[in-house]
Amino acid sequence: MPTKKNKSTLPRLRLGAGWSYAPAPESAASARINEQYELFINGKWQKPAKRAYIDSINPATEKKLYRAAVASEQDIDKAVVSARTAFDKYWKKMPANERGKYIFRIARLLQEQARELSVMETLDGGKPIRESRDFDVPMACNHFFYYAGWADKLEFAFPNRAPRPLGVAAQITPWNFPLLMAAWKIAPALATGNTVVLKPAETTSLSTLKLASIIEEADLPPGVVNIITGAGDTGAALVRHAGINKIAFTGSTAVGKLIQQQTAATTKKLTLELGGKAANIIFSDAPIDQAVEGVVNGIFFNQGHVCCAGSRLYVQESIAPLFIQKLKDRMATLLVGDPMDKNTDIGAINSAEQLEKINYYIRLGKKEGSLHYESAVALPKKGYFCRPTLFTKVAQSSRLAQEEIFGPVLAILTFRTEDEVIEKANNSPYGLSAGVWTDKGSRIFNMSRRLKAGVVWANSYNLFDPASPFGGYKESGYGREGGVHGLLPYVSF
Amino acid sequence: MKKSTQRLSVLKTYKLYIGGQFPRTESGRYVAALDANGNKIANLCLASRKDCREAIVAARGALGSWSQRAANNRGQILYRIAELVESRKEAFIAELQQQGLSRSAATRETNAAIDCLIYYAGWCDKYQAIFSTVNPVASSHYNFSVCEPMGVVTLLAPASPLLGLVSVLAPCVAGGNTAVVLANEKRSLSAISLAEVLHSSDVPGGVVNILTGSYAELLPWIVEHRDVNAVVYAEKDAAQLPSLRTKATGNLKRVLHWPLDDWQQAEVQSPYRILDLQEIKTTWHPIQQIAGSGASY
Amino acid sequence: MKTTRPAVFKPSLLAGPAIDQTGVEERTARFTKRSIKAASKMQGLLMTLSMIDLTTLEGKDSVGKVEQLCYKALHLHDAFEGLPTVAAICVYPSHVRTAKKALQDSLVKVASVATAFPAGQSSIDIKLAETRFAVAEGADEIDMVISRGKFLAGEYEYVFDEIAAIKAACGAARLKVILETGELGSLDDVRKASQLAIAAGADFIKTSTGKIQPAATLPVTLVMLETIRDHYYKTGCKVGMKPAGGISTSKLALHYLVMLNETLGADWMNPHWFRFGASSLANNVLLQIAKEKEGCYQSPNYFSVD
Repeated sequence: MPTKKNKSTLPRLRLGAGWSYAPAPESAASARINEQYELFINGKWQKPAKRAYIDSINPATEKKLYRAAVASEQDIDKAVVSARTAFDKYWKKMPANERGKYIFRIARLLQEQARELSVMETLDGGKPIRESRDFDVPMACNHFFYYAGWADKLEFAFPNRAPRPLGVAAQITPWNFPLLMAAWKIAPALATGNTVVLKPAETTSLSTLKLASIIEEADLPPGVVNIITGAGDTGAALVRHAGINKIAFTGSTAVGKLIQQQTAATTKKLTLELGGKAANIIFSDAPIDQAVEGVVNGIFFNQGHVCCAGSRLYVQESIAPLFIQKLKDRMATLLVGDPMDKNTDIGAINSAEQLEKINYYIRLGKKEGSLHYESAVALPKKGYFCRPTLFTKVAQSSRLAQEEIFGPVLAILTFRTEDEVIEKANNSPYGLSAGVWTDKGSRIFNMSRRLKAGVVWANSYNLFDPASPFGGYKESGYGREGGVHGLLPYVSF
Repeated sequence: MKKSTQRLSVLKTYKLYIGGQFPRTESGRYVAALDANGNKIANLCLASRKDCREAIVAARGALGSWSQRAANNRGQILYRIAELVESRKEAFIAELQQQGLSRSAATRETNAAIDCLIYYAGWCDKYQAIFSTVNPVASSHYNFSVCEPMGVVTLLAPASPLLGLVSVLAPCVAGGNTAVVLANEKRSLSAISLAEVLHSSDVPGGVVNILTGSYAELLPWIVEHRDVNAVVYAEKDAAQLPSLRTKATGNLKRVLHWPLDDWQQAEVQSPYRILDLQEIKTTWHPIQQIAGSGASY
Repeated sequence: MKTTRPAVFKPSLLAGPAIDQTGVEERTARFTKRSIKAASKMQGLLMTLSMIDLTTLEGKDSVGKVEQLCYKALHLHDAFEGLPTVAAICVYPSHVRTAKKALQDSLVKVASVATAFPAGQSSIDIKLAETRFAVAEGADEIDMVISRGKFLAGEYEYVFDEIAAIKAACGAARLKVILETGELGSLDDVRKASQLAIAAGADFIKTSTGKIQPAATLPVTLVMLETIRDHYYKTGCKVGMKPAGGISTSKLALHYLVMLNETLGADWMNPHWFRFGASSLANNVLLQIAKEKEGCYQSPNYFSVD
């Protein structure tokens, strides 16, 4: 990028031009991937009744990676029955500390097989190996480790109440953090004494199937955890099954609403972790350089496939030009490409369908009159990739500022006063998360209180921890995952 | 027909309670409230969907200051309500008797309602300490989770005319929510009398709004309203639930079912009722590490 | 293009963005996650060598020691062809003449510490005299220390004026301003001191004397690089950066280069704008280069100790 002699623009830095990093690929050989996976029901790998399978491709290469069974109603029934039997026969009778020890055991086995799991997660879903290795897999381990310890301490979590398990929990996880979401669902369910039937997303079943084999290795009683694979129909059939007591769903708001309607006439306890369009708010007194990093982490982490992504950036007008310049310069250093390369910052978009959706919104943003900017990085020829993208001059009333894109596309809006930005940030049907950047403590507490969101990251963004509750207000769903509050969706009094 | 020597009794018109005022229904519709013997004792407003809308607007308007009011002040206001109900105890008992309760049942119900208000008055500045957490995260961040009111809550009052109503209303407003109460269809009088107490206590206008009317007519409007955050349904009979849950889907309202028939039971009263109407908000903030091991300073 | 620097101190020079330490550390941790392999590694190692200010700053420094070090500066490891020389030799003022003589005709610069190094606890007159002496002896670069006591006492104008006066005394020599970040106590003060030094005329800002712990760290250096970046955004003028002290392995040096690469970019990736102040780094880099060339792990016995 040659420097343009133009007085109205800031001097340009030549980033990513002097020294490029040679490829540093993680070896795919550490993952032993089967050609075909069956259903994990009642502690055994079972062929689907209809012998139907679905291919899963590596989104970075568009090549087939494996095929996974498609569970039909018959298989689901088998899984639910085995979970019910396991609940009655083993799990609810087992001393709580023994139950906890099984969960600890899963955590340890996950740690030991972390490398293989990371590689699987990256090959299957397209996320950078650095993120699988440093975030998804260790966080999943920690989640099991955290909830394992709760198993025999539940009476301390609910003062003056005697919590009881619900029974069989049906759990449906999304494709953006497959293993981590499975951990978020399974760990608290088991700790509270429930048994599980879990269905991962059809494009990213691999790490969950590996988790099934780890659970098998951990020697859990048969049927305590059942993993069934398949697409939306399988999920819908699982939700409909009369034998389940609990549904935990993470996914889109549209599907979440359908589930609420479908279960309206039942006693199934429901928790939903759905979409978002989070405001990330930068005040003029913010730690600017760290805020730039927080914005990058907020929208480009996991290709923007994050329900709590900071996709609406509000910058105080007085600092907007410099802030946006810094953001663009930071984007110039983001490496997009082979997810298996340890230096890759942004990997492959999860599917062709999702890439098309993202591109639709990019076209829409241009049509709406917002100013489009993307980094100059070269994209691989094969696979589904998208450059880190931002739009400036976005209006609050444009769709780009209102709808969840679920990709590396940032909408930038400006504001003048605190009052104004609170109103604009809350002006959304969603309420999952928000970011606030300011050096002023009293403002942080005011903002945190007024922002209608389940998680508020102050001078930080996209942080997660097993001890920290996560979940939304409004149409972002209900119920919390993580922490003490994450136990509540799995018990009755 | 009365005898000429007897004093003519004054029949009361029970109005709606919206935004701290007692308007008549904008629809101009009334029904007769009858006593246990079928005698007319009063006129009741038959609220319309527009009355519902006004009540929800009033509740939304009152939410900001009510939810941010000092917790102990909310407690004092609830206690004040209890004091005023106590001072009008005889009137409440008489009204309950008019609605068919025996003298002793009416007395029990009124006493329990007063005690329930006092119980929740005491919780206002304590439940936060019970249900909030400081979460020990692995990174260098201070992380805490607190309860926040869900917002505007619609309460479908149970049949127990005074105690049932207070048992759903008190935990709702104790937790900083504002309420739109749909009084029980069959026994509405106590709800409006309670409104008169609320009006003369220190409850700010709009924090509690009370409507009388037809469930069949009003429920869809209330439950589908996109600016309502939660619905509490407190009949033991779950028949209405599927339709409530379905109608609530539009904005993913939280639908709470508190299935009780005997509101006199002690375990009815619980801070977990307050928790039911709270969202959990988690805040992260970095911790600077200067001095000590692992610090870059 | 040069912009006119403020001749006098203005309080607005101190105004800068807040610094969040945790965020800075998260960012620097990301630099250490870059995997530098193969050609990019060799390129980085050679670049590191070329950016070293080979340093000896001891009471026992003698003519003999300085002469040996200068030889090393020019002949890092003659067994390998194509190695660069280091960027400069860094010595006390009394050894400038020796070094200059030993390095004549080469491109290796002579840098001299000055201004009552390392504590800076002397009068401005003595500091000016020492600076003029070092320049007269032939120093190409002056590494001054700021008066940290004055800075921490809030006497920013004094610190500013002192730097400006030393800069004037440097003449053609380039001025590196040592903030001694290990004594400043917070990243906010590192930022503030960096702004002050740049505004007063620093050609380089430098973290440490090497006499105080902690010396250079990635977070401190990042804050300084970002101050340089903001100055560049505002004025179009470059300022150099020199982390010094504690950078003794090639792996760490590569982390610094990654940070430089992704913060200031290609225009700073040369010895004119970036230096490592170090005494033992060069040999560690040589070990790595040898490992890359020969494919086996090395022993320090094969590389000269000076």
